[in-house]
Amino acid sequence: MTIRSLWRAAAAGLAAIALSAAAQTEITFYYPVAVGGPITKTIDQMSADFEKENPGIKVKPVYAGTYQETLVKAITAHKAGTPPTTAILLSTDMYTLIDEEAIAPWDELAPTADDKKWIASFYPAFMANSQTGGKTWGIPFQRSTIVLYWNKELFKEAGLDPNKAPATWKEMLEYAQKLTKKDAAGNVTQWGVQIPSSGFPYWLFQGLKTPNGVELMNAAGTETYFDKKEVVDALQYWVDLGRKHKVMSPGVVEWGTTPKDFFEKKIAMMWTTTGNLTNVKNNAKFEFGVAMLPQAKRRGSPTGGGNFYVFKKATKAQQEAAAKFAKFMTQPDRAAQWGIDTGYVAVRPDAWETKRMKDYVAGFPVAAVARDQLQYSVAELSTHENQRVTKALNDGLQAALTGAKSPEQAMKDAQAEATRILRSYKR
Amino acid sequence: MNRPAITGWLLVLPAAALLALFTHWPIVGTVWDSFHATPKGSNPAPFVGLENYQVMIADEVFWKSLWNNLWFALGTIPISIALALVMALWVNSAMRGRIWLRVAFFTPTVLPMIAVANIWLFFYTPQYGLLEKLTTGLGFGTHNWLGTESTALACMIVVAIWKEAGFFMIFYLAALQSIPPSLAEAAALEGAPRGYYLRRIVLPLLMPTTLFVLVNAVINSFRLVDHIVVMTRGGPNNATSLLLFHVYQVGFSFWDTGYAAALTVVLLAILALAAIGQFVFLDRKVHYQ
Repeated sequence: MTIRSLWRAAAAGLAAIALSAAAQTEITFYYPVAVGGPITKTIDQMSADFEKENPGIKVKPVYAGTYQETLVKAITAHKAGTPPTTAILLSTDMYTLIDEEAIAPWDELAPTADDKKWIASFYPAFMANSQTGGKTWGIPFQRSTIVLYWNKELFKEAGLDPNKAPATWKEMLEYAQKLTKKDAAGNVTQWGVQIPSSGFPYWLFQGLKTPNGVELMNAAGTETYFDKKEVVDALQYWVDLGRKHKVMSPGVVEWGTTPKDFFEKKIAMMWTTTGNLTNVKNNAKFEFGVAMLPQAKRRGSPTGGGNFYVFKKATKAQQEAAAKFAKFMTQPDRAAQWGIDTGYVAVRPDAWETKRMKDYVAGFPVAAVARDQLQYSVAELSTHENQRVTKALNDGLQAALTGAKSPEQAMKDAQAEATRILRSYKR
Repeated sequence: MNRPAITGWLLVLPAAALLALFTHWPIVGTVWDSFHATPKGSNPAPFVGLENYQVMIADEVFWKSLWNNLWFALGTIPISIALALVMALWVNSAMRGRIWLRVAFFTPTVLPMIAVANIWLFFYTPQYGLLEKLTTGLGFGTHNWLGTESTALACMIVVAIWKEAGFFMIFYLAALQSIPPSLAEAAALEGAPRGYYLRRIVLPLLMPTTLFVLVNAVINSFRLVDHIVVMTRGGPNNATSLLLFHVYQVGFSFWDTGYAAALTVVLLAILALAAIGQFVFLDRKVHYQ
């Protein structure tokens, strides 16, 4: 081969690459999970399926760690001018992303009448944290809610009906009292109930304050109501479970070990995310039940989990491709499969009407509890400077739970701090 | 400039350039940023003078973190150094299985801190954790170690000591091996008791190592926060929040980069003071061979 023909071959190769690059739009997709494991396989598969249906688009999933780490990476990349095209981030980080001018509203990304129908097809409870100021900023993808899991064996031992979960706060306390066991030395060997409080107690707390009929913030995310009487009363109930009635481990209880405590029969009832359903199903060596959170004045549980966001600095072609991708990922059949695989709540009512989902629920009825609870959900705590306001509330909750402050004092301090943080947003 | 000097400068140039680029320049940048507010969206950051520092004085979490960090340093540094010395003396003696003992002591250092923290999380778990099994077995009541404000920080200190002591042991071990055996023989010949030999000969000869280890221990006590992130996230109610963790939270959770820069400047100042103190004052007391 002569030098010239080598050059020619190289030039032809380069031209081919350039051509295919022009025809292809690559979108980066930040997804909050560590590398490896079954979830990344599912995501890889879904991306490959999407590419097959849309030959002009290439999806590059980036597994970016926890929600918090993914947010840090996405915002840092945005500030450096090279953001991901799209990402799954916490629904509650909406205001943070808006304040950083990082994301584009879906109303611009998907403006047709068909698109509007698509945006309207999700559960309203999930849209509560996805819309503000008349615009839609996030599309629900993997969303969860808090439910109560109970150990049927331990219920039987305590002389309770194993098929009936406590429906009210009063019942939960009575049940928990019967379910708390002590050894001869007076040490507790089995707690009645456990509501974890490490890391993000504010989320669990919303399963208490909502039933007590109160909101934590206004719709614009500029004002909080931490020191309202109903909020303090809800906290008092939580604190009393541990400190007064002694049916829950006092102090701050670790979130991460709570499912393990449940498997070890150290707790008879636990509050945790529906995202743990598959975990509990596989690891509990006893019969268990899943129920909605008990009510005080009403029922209620916060939603949680991640939404699709599209970044402002991505090119127009990338944004269009990302919108296509989000639509693909939330098709009813795919949403159903995703819910079955992970335990997240399938995000739209028609996903529950698919054959796949109907069969699954028929064999495993508790999978539908979270869905049925959605009608009682309200917007999750989300404000401007969200992480900072949330921390003020977290600190207050933990101070009350460890007994460092009275619930009233703790919430008063948290409110004062939140007001200070939000002062520049109140115009 | 004469030729050897030029050669000398050329030789340090690569290292100096890297240091300037990745250490000195960021420090200058941080100090500069600490006098500016956090930019919002696409607006540039306005100059605010000392406002970030005024905010810091009023920031309770900052003071709490600072105190926590001092207690953390006070708890980890002396104990981990003393433990390292004892372990090194032990595994330096001629006995069977000392290789295994050395490996056992050094293992915590090799493990990633995140993995370590996850293991310790289960040690501290109420009711069925390892610690609880021990205490309830001895007839004590159960205790929520990480969930109580009064014990959480002590738990973090124990993890740090466990992690650090084996690392420092290696330095002591190396130093012990470099002490000529003739000294021990001479001491034995002169009839010096073992304690005397240890006190008057071994410990003075170990002083340079002790200084090195001390500097490292001080830096680590301000730098080691991985286990906080995994085990308590600064809770309960900031009882285990350390300075660097607070910086991380302000910088990467709250995105208040201006204030985070100011906090970093304080952290740098503390470390610089500690380093100067150690090198200037302690160095005089150290005996170099």
